[in-house]
Amino acid sequence: MNAPASFDAQSGSGGERERLIVIGNGMAGCRAIEEVLERDPERYDIVIFGAEPRVNYNRIMLSPVLAGEKTFDEIVINGQDWYDKNTITLVSGDPVQKIDRDRKMVVSVSGHTEYYDRLLIATGSDPFIIPVPGNDLSGVVTFRDLDDVDKMLAAAEGGGNAVVIGGGLLGLEAAHGLSLRGMNVTVLHLMPTLMERQLDEAAGWLLKEELERRGQTIRIGADTQAILGKDGHVSGVQLKDGTEIEADIVVMAVGIRPSTGLASSAGLDTERGIMVDDHMVTSDPAIMAVGECVQHRGACYGLVAPLWDMCRALADHLTDQPSGYEGSVTSTKLKVSGIDLFSAGDFSGSDGSEDIVMRDASRGIYKRVVVQDNKLIGAVLYGDTADGNWYFDLLKKGEDISDIREALIFGQAFASGSTSLDPNSAVAAMSDDTEICGCNGVSKAKVVGTILGGATSLDAVRSSCKASASCGSCTGIVESLLVLTLGDDVEEGAKTMCKCTGFGHGDVRKLIVEKGLREIPQVMQELHWTTPEGCSSCRPALNYYLLCAYPGDYIDDQQSRFVNERMHANIQKDGTYSVVPRMWGGLTNPKELRAIADVVEKYDAPMVKVTGGQRLDIFGIKKDDLPAVWADLNAAGMVSGHAYGKSLRTVKTCVGSEWCRFGTQDSTGLGVKLEHMTWGSWMPHKFKIAVSGCPRNCAEATIKDFGIICVDSGYELQVGGNGGMKLRGTDLLCKVETEQQVMEHCAAFVQLYREEAYYLERTAPWIERVGLEYVQSKLFDDPDALGEYAQRFYYSQSFCQDDPWAKRADRERADLHSHIAELRPLALEPAQ
Amino acid sequence: MTTPKSGPITGKWLDIGPVTQIEPGSARTLPVAGGEEIAVFRTMQSECYALINKCPHKQGPLSQGLVHGSVVTCPLHNWNISLKTGKALGDDEGCVPTIPMRVDAGRMLLLREAAIGGGIIAPADEVA
Repeated sequence: MNAPASFDAQSGSGGERERLIVIGNGMAGCRAIEEVLERDPERYDIVIFGAEPRVNYNRIMLSPVLAGEKTFDEIVINGQDWYDKNTITLVSGDPVQKIDRDRKMVVSVSGHTEYYDRLLIATGSDPFIIPVPGNDLSGVVTFRDLDDVDKMLAAAEGGGNAVVIGGGLLGLEAAHGLSLRGMNVTVLHLMPTLMERQLDEAAGWLLKEELERRGQTIRIGADTQAILGKDGHVSGVQLKDGTEIEADIVVMAVGIRPSTGLASSAGLDTERGIMVDDHMVTSDPAIMAVGECVQHRGACYGLVAPLWDMCRALADHLTDQPSGYEGSVTSTKLKVSGIDLFSAGDFSGSDGSEDIVMRDASRGIYKRVVVQDNKLIGAVLYGDTADGNWYFDLLKKGEDISDIREALIFGQAFASGSTSLDPNSAVAAMSDDTEICGCNGVSKAKVVGTILGGATSLDAVRSSCKASASCGSCTGIVESLLVLTLGDDVEEGAKTMCKCTGFGHGDVRKLIVEKGLREIPQVMQELHWTTPEGCSSCRPALNYYLLCAYPGDYIDDQQSRFVNERMHANIQKDGTYSVVPRMWGGLTNPKELRAIADVVEKYDAPMVKVTGGQRLDIFGIKKDDLPAVWADLNAAGMVSGHAYGKSLRTVKTCVGSEWCRFGTQDSTGLGVKLEHMTWGSWMPHKFKIAVSGCPRNCAEATIKDFGIICVDSGYELQVGGNGGMKLRGTDLLCKVETEQQVMEHCAAFVQLYREEAYYLERTAPWIERVGLEYVQSKLFDDPDALGEYAQRFYYSQSFCQDDPWAKRADRERADLHSHIAELRPLALEPAQ
Repeated sequence: MTTPKSGPITGKWLDIGPVTQIEPGSARTLPVAGGEEIAVFRTMQSECYALINKCPHKQGPLSQGLVHGSVVTCPLHNWNISLKTGKALGDDEGCVPTIPMRVDAGRMLLLREAAIGGGIIAPADEVA
């Protein structure tokens, strides 16, 4: 080791050069020195300490080394000749363990001592190791330096299984490399979206699809419980849900933390990182810091671009021409060959910011730019990143984009081209044979011809020539053509589902089934949603449509459910809940009544009320008491009444032939049977049934969604009634003779409503919209139809009739019912 | 390098536990003795925000609302509230106090004085 004799330095007062010591031989430390040398090569005697036993290399290129696309030699930035030429002393493989600020001295692990006039800390960051059992087994590696890559390459030689914990930038690059090296790779990611710091839900979903297509297994929402080992070596990973995944190597890539240990033990100010000012000076004026270890104006950076700006400001300061660093805007590209992905700036959305989204499902493209105050503040691109740098440039410069706003999403060529910025004129400039609709092969001339032929609305164009009738990505162009051809005579189309999409509810329902769309992000991508995550209107609707289309397969998205359906109780104006246990057909007994009375007293419920649906509503229950209340009610044999759901609510009955002198049939018994068949089903809106034992109709069956009037000769089946905001009496669907027929007709009608109505559309407006004849023809024209609808309902019910209260009472999702913690200000603590 | 220690938890920040306690796209609550209950949100992007748990409209519990992007929809009357500023969005007007917070090494830290003092209300010019 060519260490200088330390006594020279001590007596260096006579020397003409100041001593600059650098802790860290990585990208930041060396770049800083390059910048200093460029400004004043004669000023400092320089010593660099590095923890790794090698010269300065480009750490961000370790991914291509792992993937076999580059060698180590190709990623060296400064070889030994650079240190020699600039008379820099490199102390490698010997990390500094102590800074003595009083004596202005650093000491390495081996005892090597150097005195400084100026000290630069560039210790970078440390991989974050999740605190689970087994994290110290052999075969558990991080992805930070060349040694880690070597360990992964050694493991990959034997093939086998690799598990990467962390689906961020680093984890996915590690997974890609290991996969190319022939390992069977599983990525575990805690969050629902891959790379959630850089991507939104839509782009994350596209990325996941592509990685899965390439043979990786991606598990999102995967929470690691423990790393399993055998004879001291890793053998697998166990998740909190009990799943075990075999592993010959585990790569821990959940994140990094600024390496501040050395600085804080030297008494420098640190928070998340080492605190620095705009000149990269720490709380000690003789000590500076740059790179991932610092915290500047509240921000810590884990990307390379900010380093360059920091190092420039630092070098300016060290050579007495201070300039100042003002923070960086960062951008990200994933270094996985064949996947084009770019993100920059802020795309979490905020007040006054506006999203512009473009999706092209056939080419797998998703683009989103975020605009605020006429400036671009964020961008996410997937599938086509050609304009990434242009957007990043606009973003960094903060240029006013109001002139190019309309065309911004189409990219630089379009926005800065000579064509007019009005999208209509761009469409007007297209030649007649330009293909507008790729799905159905419709040219511009044909669309215009169709419009001139009398199709004066989007819907009419869709049904006449099929343009925009499939994926919908050309909808904007077709709308432009309508305006260009007809001017103000364009007819407004059907109401769209919400501001996130140009499609109406009916189209969305139809396309989900036709295109086999199975997840919310997939629907949003394929149907060109204009917002990244949807809104509080479309998310619950999509969740229902998918649940209805794929019973048993679709996994209910709790985050897309309104509070009542998430909490399985009805929220009240004071934030407490009301609880309604099911009383089958309106019947109850002493045991149930006693249990309800006990709950009311035990949990201090201020009110109990008999509902219009013939059951009891317990008011004023706190969310943290709900599971215990449910446990008590369960113990008496009661289950959820779903009084909170877009679902079957109640089956109201009268006493019928068993007691009533006018009763013609057993209306009570039939009501109980109907309720047992239909309870727990999710519907477009709430759904009420009633059974009256005679035409006197004491159960008010003619204002219910499905009402039965018993008569001597059988049963009248009534549908589409509503006693709510807009009173509507039922329509007679048909008359049947047996209870069995009532049950089957009820199941079939419910299923038709479930499959065809729009979300939040009760049966009354649904029947007003489609007509009773339509419902009758769907159910009765084909003699098999009724049975098929009913069978589909029974199948769907086979997955729904679990009491949701029982699971919660059993501590499932306890987090929904408990506080994180309680805060007691010290002044309020009782005196000791 | 030496093993990093977690940064000093000074009196300025209050550690309320690991971020994994909150499922992405939802919120949990933090009652304050003698003060206003706080709702701590975690978005689908895993950003965390803390607000007083009361809609400016009719004091609905925002913690129970649907979270989309960095907005929560109040469960009582569907007001949309920005998690970043606490301001009501769209045509509605009002503002709920926010509590500055940050996440460090997976732990959620609230600004102590704001948490106990009932949050910080956005300056009047921003509310308008």
